[in-house]
Amino acid sequence: MTALARGAGRPGWSAAVVLIALLVASPVLAVAGYALGQGGLRMPGGVASMVGTTLALLLLVAAGTALLGTGLAWLVTAYEFPLRWALSWLLVLPLAMPAYILGFVFLSTFDYAGPVQGALRSVLGDDLGALPVRSLGGAAVVLVLTLYPYVYLLTRAAFLELAPTAYDAARTLGASRARAFRSVLLPLARPSLAAGLALVTMEVLTDFATVQYFNVRTVSVGVYLTWKGTYDVGSAISLAVLVLVFAVAVLAAERALRGRARYHQKGGRGRGLERRRLTGWRAGAATAVGLGVVGAAFALPVLRLVTWALSAIGDDGAAVVDDRFLDNLTSSLVVAAIAALVCVLVSLTISHALRLGGGRLVRGAAQVTTFGYAVPGAVVGIGVLAVFAGADRALVALGFENGTGLLATGSVLGILVAYVVRFTAPAYQAVEASFSRVSPSVSASAMTLGAGPGRLLRSVHLPLARPGVAVAATLVLIDAVKELPLVLMLRPFGFTTLSVWVYELASENFWERAALPALLIVLVAVVPVVLTFRATGTRAEVDPAATGATAPAALSGSLPAAPGQVSTTLTLDRGGADGPGRMEP
Amino acid sequence: MTSTRSTTVGGATVGSTVGYGVPALELVAATKSYGSHPAVRGVDLAVTAGEVVTVIGPSGCGKSTLLRLAAGLERPDGGEVRVGGKVVAGPTWVPPERRRVGMVFQDHALFPHLDVARNVAFGLDELPRAQRAGRVAEVLELVGLSHLGHRHPHELSGGEQQRVALARALAPRPTVVLLDEPFSSLDANLRTQVRAQTLEALHETGSAALVVTHDQTEALSMGDRLAVLKDGLVRQVGTPHEVYESPSGRFVASFMGEADFLPAHVRDALLTCEIGVVSTVPGWGRTDLDVEVMLRPHEVALRVDRASTHRVERVEYHGAFVLHHVRLASGSTVRSWQQHGVQHAPGTPVAVSVVPGSRPVLLAGDDALSAPPDAARR
Repeated sequence: MTALARGAGRPGWSAAVVLIALLVASPVLAVAGYALGQGGLRMPGGVASMVGTTLALLLLVAAGTALLGTGLAWLVTAYEFPLRWALSWLLVLPLAMPAYILGFVFLSTFDYAGPVQGALRSVLGDDLGALPVRSLGGAAVVLVLTLYPYVYLLTRAAFLELAPTAYDAARTLGASRARAFRSVLLPLARPSLAAGLALVTMEVLTDFATVQYFNVRTVSVGVYLTWKGTYDVGSAISLAVLVLVFAVAVLAAERALRGRARYHQKGGRGRGLERRRLTGWRAGAATAVGLGVVGAAFALPVLRLVTWALSAIGDDGAAVVDDRFLDNLTSSLVVAAIAALVCVLVSLTISHALRLGGGRLVRGAAQVTTFGYAVPGAVVGIGVLAVFAGADRALVALGFENGTGLLATGSVLGILVAYVVRFTAPAYQAVEASFSRVSPSVSASAMTLGAGPGRLLRSVHLPLARPGVAVAATLVLIDAVKELPLVLMLRPFGFTTLSVWVYELASENFWERAALPALLIVLVAVVPVVLTFRATGTRAEVDPAATGATAPAALSGSLPAAPGQVSTTLTLDRGGADGPGRMEP
Repeated sequence: MTSTRSTTVGGATVGSTVGYGVPALELVAATKSYGSHPAVRGVDLAVTAGEVVTVIGPSGCGKSTLLRLAAGLERPDGGEVRVGGKVVAGPTWVPPERRRVGMVFQDHALFPHLDVARNVAFGLDELPRAQRAGRVAEVLELVGLSHLGHRHPHELSGGEQQRVALARALAPRPTVVLLDEPFSSLDANLRTQVRAQTLEALHETGSAALVVTHDQTEALSMGDRLAVLKDGLVRQVGTPHEVYESPSGRFVASFMGEADFLPAHVRDALLTCEIGVVSTVPGWGRTDLDVEVMLRPHEVALRVDRASTHRVERVEYHGAFVLHHVRLASGSTVRSWQQHGVQHAPGTPVAVSVVPGSRPVLLAGDDALSAPPDAARR
């Protein structure tokens, strides 16, 4: 590699980036290629109803998260009430609760046999009938409760960081508080809202596990069931094309909703909107609403999980933490660690190659790798399968009798590839955030002092990018442990991770046994959420005058184009949160 | 334009043949565009061993690109770059790490994770380990920072950082050192001092150096020769004296110092303009030609004269000297430096003359005239 790179320009490093981009794009290319190529689409039966269900679910969840997210953001930025400060960050916590965990807790609570309906029956009598919990509405409620923090975070950041000067200006021009909100703050927050909603809908499109608890059949569920039920790749890919169409439509909608608005108003120096103190029952109601949401989406489910876990351990501790538990935990950690390592290496390669002066091609390729995050899981999953199937055929055609053998279906390689496709984006953003703090002239100095690309990476870029690398590895590790759909789709026979195990136990109503691994996942997932929040304006809120220095410009300054980029923007903030600042004077 | 180009080549050739042998750095017809924007257009420039050449021009003139081409941080679209006589860009390509070119950046670009000694040692990894410490001590001594070897960059002042950057660039004994606006991040008081120290270090090591700057005083005082760049073209190369006293044209004249231009006439070796006889022009006998004359404020003398129709318009106090703006009867203005203490009030009628012994520059159009054109001969 080094020898190659030392030649004219740095072709080796540039080629590596292009290869990475091809790898990341390959699932989508495979799916799209199938759609455009040979047999045409073969839709299995019931497609129309799947599309209808998907659309309904997307709209319901989008409406719900927009209302809940923006409303809560406004509540905690515009009003003062008891526990406001605590709530402003507690409201982010549901982000750490995977929908497939909240889903089964929700079901166990509200289903026919659950405590709520039981209580209702005991009060109102037995002829109440079953409440329609396992329904589209039920799924929507669970998804809204786990996904609204995206909207909350982004709009809140917009209110806090974009708005102060504009708000002050509006007030000096004679606008009332209400009018300033309506005609200045809301429009200013619109791009953030759009970005948040795009993230939410992408997550909904990706999910095909949670909704199955509720017997809701979206197109993504269709992809999974068609593949797992019939191993009919053609039909599965055809459905995946539909998912891809939905994803593209979401991105288009986001652009349309954002309009041409791109507000760059970094570190406004205004006092910002003064929080109005609520009194009496209003204050109580505000606190209650906040606590209610946190309780329903996070605290109560966690409490229930803890109770279950304790009772399971009380029954028979050894049976809970048994060999399977440890095996699955190990599987999760090993795969996640490998994924983290690969994603970090890939990210370092991209950032380093860009520093070595890759041309437009390299920059374009680097851009491509950031879109992987926006591709729905079903598409990535089926795309990876299609890529492996293609490689298999190619190898057989070349004379290798076994092709790739069991490489794709018999090993975790497929999962790893899918992880790299999905998680390179956040890892790269974190690493690049560190790189961007290294002046280009530092890299250039090293080169003029005789350091080739290899030494430049080893002795300059790597040490200086270490904080970003740490953040990137942590993020991928956590995302990978949480991940469910990709593993469900691509796991080899007999391979189970913690997340899959939780899902399987929950699907069979073994809630008590699912509780401990579920808690473990939630615990792990809390880490990045706390980091994210720390970076999105806590300090800004405490001292508006200090915003310029500490507030993450990424969230406020330039709201990115694609959801993938939005989530990676959050990532970037985490990058800022724990400190390349230490590195610099 | 062609005349400018030939001056350039002439200057470079003269510089490179003064017995130093092969130039340390040579750019031949170097060209570089960014997209459709040409940054450097066919530049010829040579730096001989031990020589300090400054490159100056307005922002966006391509001077930084020139340096990056020399360092290998950019690839030229055309032309050649040679370091120590070896072609490093053109038919072959040598990446920056193998060019033996040192570079000092505007922001100093010290490695924040390494202390001063290890910053300086960075370029010495091909030296046997035993000799490294000695060389580090040597160059730190050279820039007077021996006592700071264990500090980290952020613990240094701006001036110290700049000197570490210089020491680091000099440590591997490069064929040529490139300095990209090395003093512009320092405040004015410090700048003069650090500039002197830098020059001293360069001379002491006998290094060839190419210094990019946008500061005229710096270019004139630092360089053995200087090159004036505009729009990616070299407008003039010469000694500071040549460039200041005999600019190649209107741009160089006004860029390198204050200059006023007055319509003038040469007749039989006598140069006259609105203020009267300016000087004689040797070699311009039997000539009758309309020209323009460039006057620098230090060449213009003032004398209070009630009968004069020229009036002082504005006075700028600069401390040691006082700059007078004088509106001539025709409406043109000239400026004049007056001694501290001489201060004519605005409105004062003054007689304007040229200090005896001055050799004002003549221009036709935007180009300087060094000899009377044939057409003007009688």
